[in-house]
Amino acid sequence: MTIDEIKIGGLGASRRRVEDNRFIRGAGNYVDDIVLPGMLHMEIVRSPLAHARIKSIDVTAAWAIPGVRLVLTGEMMAARNLAWMPTLSYDTQAVLATDKVRFQGQEVAAVIADDPYIAKDACEAIIVDYEPLPAIVNPTQAMAAGAPVIRDDKENQPDNVIFDWDVGDKDGTDRAFAAADVVSELELHYPRSHPSPIETCGSIADFDRSTSKLTVYMTTQAPHIIRAAVALVAELPEHMIRIVSPDLGGGFGNKVPVYPGYVVSILASILLERPVKWIEDKTGNLISTGFGRDVYLKGQLALRKDGKILGVRMQTESDHGAFFSDAQPSKFKIGLMHSAFACYDVPTAHLTSRGFYTNKAPGGVAYRCSFRVTEAMFFQERMVQAAADDLGIDQAEIRRLNFVRDDDFPHRTPFGFLTDSGQYGKCLEMGLEAIGYEDFLKQKEEAKKNGRLLGIGISTMTEPLGAGNSREYDILGIKMFDSAELRVHMTGKAILRTGAKSQGQGHETTWAQIVAHELGIPAEDIVVEEGDTDTAPFGMGTYASRSTPVAGAAVSMVSRKIRAKARKIAAHLLEVSEEDVEWELGRFFVRSAPDLGVTIQECANAAYSNIPDGMEPGLENNAYYDPPNLTWPFACYIATVEIDPLTGVWDVLNMVAVDDCGVRINPMIVEGQIMGGLTEAYAMASMQFITFDSEGNCVGSNYMDYLLPTAWETPGFELHEVVTPCPHHPIGAKGIGECATVGGPAAFVNAVMDALQGAGVRNIDMPLLPDRVYEGLTEGRDVSGAPPIRTDA
Amino acid sequence: MYPSRFSYEAPDTVEEAIELLRRGQGEAKVLAGGQSLLPMMKLRFASPGTLIDINNIPGLDYHRADSDGTYRIGALCRHAQLEKSPDLAASQPTMAAAAHTVADPIVRNRGTLVGSICHADPQGDWASVMISLGASVVAKGPTGVRSVAVADFVSGPFQTVLASDELAVEAVVPAPVGVRAGGYLKLERRVGDFATAGVAVSVEFSGSSVARAGIGLTGVGSSTINAAEAAAALVGGSLSETDIAAAAELAAAASRPRSDHRGSESYKRHIVATFVSRILTSLQLSTQEVA
Repeated sequence: MTIDEIKIGGLGASRRRVEDNRFIRGAGNYVDDIVLPGMLHMEIVRSPLAHARIKSIDVTAAWAIPGVRLVLTGEMMAARNLAWMPTLSYDTQAVLATDKVRFQGQEVAAVIADDPYIAKDACEAIIVDYEPLPAIVNPTQAMAAGAPVIRDDKENQPDNVIFDWDVGDKDGTDRAFAAADVVSELELHYPRSHPSPIETCGSIADFDRSTSKLTVYMTTQAPHIIRAAVALVAELPEHMIRIVSPDLGGGFGNKVPVYPGYVVSILASILLERPVKWIEDKTGNLISTGFGRDVYLKGQLALRKDGKILGVRMQTESDHGAFFSDAQPSKFKIGLMHSAFACYDVPTAHLTSRGFYTNKAPGGVAYRCSFRVTEAMFFQERMVQAAADDLGIDQAEIRRLNFVRDDDFPHRTPFGFLTDSGQYGKCLEMGLEAIGYEDFLKQKEEAKKNGRLLGIGISTMTEPLGAGNSREYDILGIKMFDSAELRVHMTGKAILRTGAKSQGQGHETTWAQIVAHELGIPAEDIVVEEGDTDTAPFGMGTYASRSTPVAGAAVSMVSRKIRAKARKIAAHLLEVSEEDVEWELGRFFVRSAPDLGVTIQECANAAYSNIPDGMEPGLENNAYYDPPNLTWPFACYIATVEIDPLTGVWDVLNMVAVDDCGVRINPMIVEGQIMGGLTEAYAMASMQFITFDSEGNCVGSNYMDYLLPTAWETPGFELHEVVTPCPHHPIGAKGIGECATVGGPAAFVNAVMDALQGAGVRNIDMPLLPDRVYEGLTEGRDVSGAPPIRTDA
Repeated sequence: MYPSRFSYEAPDTVEEAIELLRRGQGEAKVLAGGQSLLPMMKLRFASPGTLIDINNIPGLDYHRADSDGTYRIGALCRHAQLEKSPDLAASQPTMAAAAHTVADPIVRNRGTLVGSICHADPQGDWASVMISLGASVVAKGPTGVRSVAVADFVSGPFQTVLASDELAVEAVVPAPVGVRAGGYLKLERRVGDFATAGVAVSVEFSGSSVARAGIGLTGVGSSTINAAEAAAALVGGSLSETDIAAAAELAAAASRPRSDHRGSESYKRHIVATFVSRILTSLQLSTQEVA
């Protein structure tokens, strides 16, 4: 009897998310839900100034408040060699400031008290005497002659330059530009944004003196990396550290780095020998933890008259804040920015990148973005649209002309990546048909006669998801593979653990589906656990859309190892040789007598009760998967908009998404990922930014200023799919978690710019707030840079 | 939320609340909906010594019309009650247009109109709506009751003329002198965002001619703005295009916006003019339909 794979919740089943049972009942278990006996509470004093020398810190009044157990300052951290910690990008970051504060919101002191009210009161009683210094809030100021050196703590750091890095073929690209018919140029800024998970960061450090074991419950997307980092920073033996990442209320990259609050809570627990809880407030999260983007681009395309791209030049200047703590593969200074133009057949390209320190929060994390791929693809798609406009070519046509062809894979991109597969043209045509491209162009012309402004924008891209392979990808030297461990119990039920860590992606649901697909065990018979370093196999965690490409592949591979052993058991049970045993989903049978068979559950039972001579008992195994390449999903996003010419307000009329992420494990979850990503894309295009005034004060420190779109503003999305299986992934899947966030923004911006065609404005930088659109429309010029903090005073 | 330490009182009568306010000597704050006060306490921008929760006082959650058409809104009437009221939709077009634009549904379930006026945030919607209607606030204190026009009640950013021992018990919208029409338009970047600019226009028609008009402006000055000259330009006319253009221009001139990340000063003035014009044009069209 053949098992229906969909019925057992296997590959392709839109199975309901098992974790939602507890989430929607409010029964999730987040760090802040955990209460330990004798637990104390920690609050952090943050700098009100962006750049200032600390003259003195007076903690006397704080100590005097009843219920205060410990007050920590940078000086006290320094005495334990903990005032500074290493970052994920080989820089250092202050844990508690000793010499200077370098951004508004920087951690200066901490209070540990009996309850959070007392801790907060005591924080207010700490008096810090600051000597203000001039603040630097963008790369232009950072590189100016005579600019104050932000990182005067570092030797050999005479200026504010972090790196000056390039990739690609400079000479070849110069030649391509010399031979070009037309050079199209565009300057862009991708504003600073924030992942802003609903749950902020936090930890409970619990040091047990009697066992010398440190347990830390922590909001982390990468528990094993944190364990290694804590071992190095706190100089504790790694086997005496247990990191537990319980339910996470979103991450989006924000919960990859090590933050000062974690480190201080750990030291406090060691000193006090009691559990210490630290839960960041929303403002603390927005002003001090890993942000996204903040990159300026000068882009140039060398073009043939017909629109063929002959070469690409990109120059980026990026603002990393006070400490270079980007979470990214070590080899690449500006993440995977050089994945730009991977979907186009471009002969040559050159990228130069300079990174700068500024007096802003550190931590250019990949906010739902495989290491700055979001910027890469936004720049790419804006440059392509500008080129089409410059040449007077249809925006769909320029893409058709330049796409890598379906029979041209694997394809070497101009910056040296190897893309694996795709059907780019098919996705584009499907998107154009769904949006009614030709009809819309006619409507647009018609509307223009009545003074109405309609526009259509296309964004197409392939992006590298699933770092790494271990040859090229590591973080702090740790190679970027991942792992899975599967234990099949006697009754055929199973527990699966991986080195990844779900923060909303639904791993508990989808991993079980992969096992169901490989072994025929119903998904509901498989429990999935992640996040506890004492039980989970070593892995690099979940970010950069790497879980399905890497950990998901490990789940397949470990299931196949189990199947291989089960086959031997089946041969033993069926009394035939292993070569005579065939597999169908959930069952082995004798090739010559298909009715004679044993189920995977029967094999599992035998592994504990009827073991072949000489075979090790049990049915469990693990797998470490080192991917041969990144996976390369493709996406085509098309938006239509109408602008109100009197206010600059624009509405999305329609939005079509065609995603090709290879084989879909759980189509419902994939669609949820795409819709969430498009919502974030819409937010960045329309309303979201974190900006700073000339003194370095952060505007965007709460949800009044940093806007998250609600269901009211968010447009509807129409989703379509194309499936090009990944040729090197065990089940043909590709990453999907970030595609829409990466590719979406350019579709909206291109649509608004399309509607403004003829108004004399070629670019408005995000966010396309109504006043910026109105300014572009009425003044006929570009609106560039971060939204300024204008004050009349 | 970890506010500063405060004491909490929940009186059962208005008199008791007033006595508690008197004893608080300016350090007490009244809690009605709490949708502005509690976030400020969370951020420790506000640290009242005593919180006087009036939610236990019966009989303050009304909104109703007197027989002469006067409309009364009690101190505990929530935005959501107004938003969902068919009576309000029928008799108070400006209020009905504004009710569903206040903050977001969660805030509207708890927040109150009277509380919003007392909070006197220049970004508050109700103060400009009430100003456009010529409404007043009724305040009760130890020595008695007084009624203050909303235009005079709001004295500055987050400031009112309410004495520290007075409780605002209701808002009163006077009966219209003719047929009331009006509208409210607000530009916000997202639902629940503070207004980039908001415009409340109320007009009372006697036949086809404007007998009374009021225009209040949200978020374009350090406090709610009463664009009285702009409104005056409409009185006696019948919303001709010339009148509308004049009112729009005068309202823009009356606004005193600051350039900030929500837009430049000139952009905000332009939005004020655009919205005044849009509301009045829609009223003009609807009166034409009636005629």
